[in-house]
Amino acid sequence: MRFVDEFRDGKASRSLAETIRRTVTRPWSLMEVCGGQTHAIVRFGLDALLPSDVHLIHGPGCPVCVTPVALIDQALAIAARPEVTFCSFGDMLRVPGSAEDLLSVKSRGADVRVVYSPLDALALARQRPDREVVFFAVGFETTAPANALAVAQAETEGLGNFSMLVSHVRVPPALEAILASPRRRVDAFLAAGHVCAVMGTQEYVPLAAKHRVPIVVTGFEPLDLLQGILMAVRQLEEGRAEVENQYARLVKPGGNRTAQALIERVFQVEDRDWRGIGGIPSSGFGLRAAYASFDAGRRFGVQDLGGQESPDCQSGLVLQGLLKPRQCPAFGTTCTPDQPLGATMVSSEGACAAYYRYRRFDPVEAP
Amino acid sequence: MTADPFLLACPRPLRHATVQMAHGGGGRLMKDLIEGLFLPILGTDPAGQHDSAVVEAAGARWAFTTDGFVVSPRAFPGGDLGELAIYGTVNDLAMAGAAPSALSTAFILEEGLDLAELRALVASMKAAADRCGVRLVTGDTKVVDRGKADGIFITTAGIGLIAPGVDIHPRKVRPGDAVIVSGDLGRHGIAVMSVREGLAFESPVTSDCGPVHHLVAALLENGLDIHCLRDPTRGGLASVLNEIATAAGVAIEAEEAAVPVNEAVAAACEILGLDPLYVACEGRMVAFLPEAQAERALAVLRAIPEGKDAAVIGRVTSGPAGRVSLRTALGTWRLLDLLSGEQLPRIC
Repeated sequence: MRFVDEFRDGKASRSLAETIRRTVTRPWSLMEVCGGQTHAIVRFGLDALLPSDVHLIHGPGCPVCVTPVALIDQALAIAARPEVTFCSFGDMLRVPGSAEDLLSVKSRGADVRVVYSPLDALALARQRPDREVVFFAVGFETTAPANALAVAQAETEGLGNFSMLVSHVRVPPALEAILASPRRRVDAFLAAGHVCAVMGTQEYVPLAAKHRVPIVVTGFEPLDLLQGILMAVRQLEEGRAEVENQYARLVKPGGNRTAQALIERVFQVEDRDWRGIGGIPSSGFGLRAAYASFDAGRRFGVQDLGGQESPDCQSGLVLQGLLKPRQCPAFGTTCTPDQPLGATMVSSEGACAAYYRYRRFDPVEAP
Repeated sequence: MTADPFLLACPRPLRHATVQMAHGGGGRLMKDLIEGLFLPILGTDPAGQHDSAVVEAAGARWAFTTDGFVVSPRAFPGGDLGELAIYGTVNDLAMAGAAPSALSTAFILEEGLDLAELRALVASMKAAADRCGVRLVTGDTKVVDRGKADGIFITTAGIGLIAPGVDIHPRKVRPGDAVIVSGDLGRHGIAVMSVREGLAFESPVTSDCGPVHHLVAALLENGLDIHCLRDPTRGGLASVLNEIATAAGVAIEAEEAAVPVNEAVAAACEILGLDPLYVACEGRMVAFLPEAQAERALAVLRAIPEGKDAAVIGRVTSGPAGRVSLRTALGTWRLLDLLSGEQLPRIC
């Protein structure tokens, strides 16, 4: 497949890994921010190609994983209402709330649908004026523009039966929180390429300077990741702490201005709770006051629903890179994709899910 | 950030008191349903699990199987529900090495179903049965109130004669067997999904929906010692390899680069965040036979149009029972696990 196979070439991968091996002189810990990157690393076994001095730490960049339980509970309460058609990306359906997940509510008769775009939900609202169509707007800066567009479009068309349950999160405040933590173990970041395709690279410059940490905007294919790792390791070895762009084929320094303008028009920066991690200032987007009538939490009066969390899941430590999934006592025993304790075990970008699926056992007997 | 790790929290485990969609998804949950509910009550031996049961009657061995068909949409690029209902059962018979002899069918019709559509589906069934050289000999019809079914559900059952000396069963798989697929994977799942979700691709993906019994017959006629056959329907190739590795108490090593996947299917999977190794086929089979016979089997299959893309994709080893490993294009290894629940399209 063009534009994919080139970036999965075995020979080029091994050659890049060899260059990394020759560059490294001491141990370094790199955090890949995005869950999509984590899955690529585990799926393609990239860590097995790296020298033992390069440690990859899996970051918090899985929107499904960090959506607070309270918000899942709000989603469940809304979806259960008879007048509601609840639309969500597929990822969210198996994420456990306090007591159950969206698939369970669906199996009891709720109208829960998987859509591929918020615009699909908007189309549904147009076709079914008799239904309250609610879209679960989860994601990082990557999905924010399309969600903003849907709200703006609904306003233009006067679609009174469309609303959104918003749980948008932003990457830079999360990196700031990780860097400010006394338990910081991260020497460099591989920033999430798709987020930067929207937002550009500028907001990472102050972070890199303040914390003396290299940040390399990195793509998602094996060669992208290996090249990103090499760029980060070179900076560390040379004592530099800069923002570099490995994913230049998609990411412009200024990002996508049209998308940013849409976000700016519909959303405002807010404080947000991250599941397993806690509150992080200015780390989310919420609807601006002018669009408050599209806020599903408000429309259905569920904003005050709080989540009931159990203490057995250590996903907060996993999301901060302080624990590898296989080090968690619950991993693969009391916590599996069928009976997850936390979202990291069910999300398609969750670190625990990646290890369960690709690394639960060692794939082959050690030679 | 929360400083105390004991405050970090997630919810309690879920228990299913009701049927979930994933109970029919071909993955771990369906396995739980069969092994935890059906088999204990019915008293069926789990070691007997195969695409068809083998029964002895009238001095011969017969394969016997049944299958329900509920696909939505009922028509998709490359086939429809009627064809699927015939090929599904014919192929399950073929997986036991049987030549299909006769089929039965039962229709559950929803009040209000367009008779023109029913006529077209039945005509499809007839054409498919003719193509397979099998007769539909008996049937049943039920009609339910509007809203109590999704248009039409079709069930078929079939019997087929197993030739003397043919013994195809998961328990016969052993270390040293080669794993062969009869063609490219994932077409059916992606073709159905493209219609269901209204996705348009530059080059449309057509379903592989079709019979494979003639491929099996050709392998047998050429004297190949087939140990096991399985059609990779729900759950795809990955589920087949896991089922067989568990049933036979062996390990399987597969080679990702060797698995034939059509370019458009691969592209659709990339976009949707799906893995083609888990996507359903309806006209493919996976064959296990001694490695020394692999080249000859490939030659036999490739001489038939439906087998032209046949490929050896892996081998059976004496590693840990049930372990399926995949060598990636980079030369690294990972598990190829049974799917938990359904594959759900991702966010970004």
